Amino acid sequence: MNIDNQKNKHVYWNPYFGGFLLGILILFTFYMTGRGLGASGAMKSGVVTIVDALASNHAEHNAYYSKFVKEEKSPLNSWLVFEALGVLIGAFISGGLAGRIGWRVQHSPKITSKRRLIFALGGGILFGIGAQIARGCTSGAALSGMAVLSTGGFITMLAIFGTGFLVAYFFRKNWI
Amino acid sequence: MGPLIPNGVIPYEWNNIIAILIGIFFGFILEASGFSSSRKLAGVFYGYDFAVLKVFFTAALVALIGILYMDYLGYLNMEQLYIHPTYLWGAIIGGVIMGVGFVAAGFCPGTSLCAVAIGKIDAIVYVIGIMIGIFIFSELYTVFEPIYNGYFEGNITLMDSLGVNRYWFAFIFTIIAIVAFAASDMIRKRVKKIFY
Repeated sequence: MNIDNQKNKHVYWNPYFGGFLLGILILFTFYMTGRGLGASGAMKSGVVTIVDALASNHAEHNAYYSKFVKEEKSPLNSWLVFEALGVLIGAFISGGLAGRIGWRVQHSPKITSKRRLIFALGGGILFGIGAQIARGCTSGAALSGMAVLSTGGFITMLAIFGTGFLVAYFFRKNWI
Repeated sequence: MGPLIPNGVIPYEWNNIIAILIGIFFGFILEASGFSSSRKLAGVFYGYDFAVLKVFFTAALVALIGILYMDYLGYLNMEQLYIHPTYLWGAIIGGVIMGVGFVAAGFCPGTSLCAVAIGKIDAIVYVIGIMIGIFIFSELYTVFEPIYNGYFEGNITLMDSLGVNRYWFAFIFTIIAIVAFAASDMIRKRVKKIFY
């Protein structure tokens, strides 16, 4: 088989197929563990671990960190952290098979890499704060929440995408 | 009878191993669907790529219908499933802030991990941003605490909030999804093509 790697790069699955498999996976996750999956929680565990390592006194006395710091085990010893590791591995395998691995900054040709990185950082900071307030992100609150018809999950999902549509105009230069 | 680990059908020690396995499939499916690309993800807000809508809606529906069906067949006890809690203003305000972050950066935490795995530096910066955001939230926790802990309604479901039978919800969402999918294809045809 002599497939031009360049052409193969951005051939993705049919979204209904991907969505179907993802739905089955979420169903499986609930069937196995009684909970859905998530992503932002793993990053929170990372932050708590770092703060606890560098300034454990501060972590103990802070009302938020202290919720997640336990005597017997590291905050990194949590279901979501292991799942996040799995995500890295799974995405790497899929990207590797498709020839999509490589260091790069993906951005619209109309903006610079630097601008992209600045917005990525700023967007990340906002998302980090928002995910804590809503106690979840699109995977944990919205997707897994919707699968069990959680009211909070639906509200968060509508808030995320509704707001996204409302403010999309102001960020259009980054994308189109 | 599911859920298997909470009911002891599978020993608790398997929990983290299953977590990794689930994560591997999650990452694979997301990346193969193109969700490691921020330009593809942002497309739903500008009408040039509706993959986010299609994948998200399909996944939520398949999971929802699957759960209902397995419960009906007696394989899964729906009552034991964890319902994401409803803190009313936390859900709204957190969602609004996340919405802005999503359009600004084109990522959410799960998809950013997929992008990190294939070497995207903007995704790495995004993850650092999330961690900074979590840090800011934690340090300023006393400011956020009222909306974080307040207006707690419980682990309520739409059935509790709207008084409608859950099977009706599955049906109505399926109809909405089909309409949304058809509409998205119509919009896609009219929007200027973006290549990424």
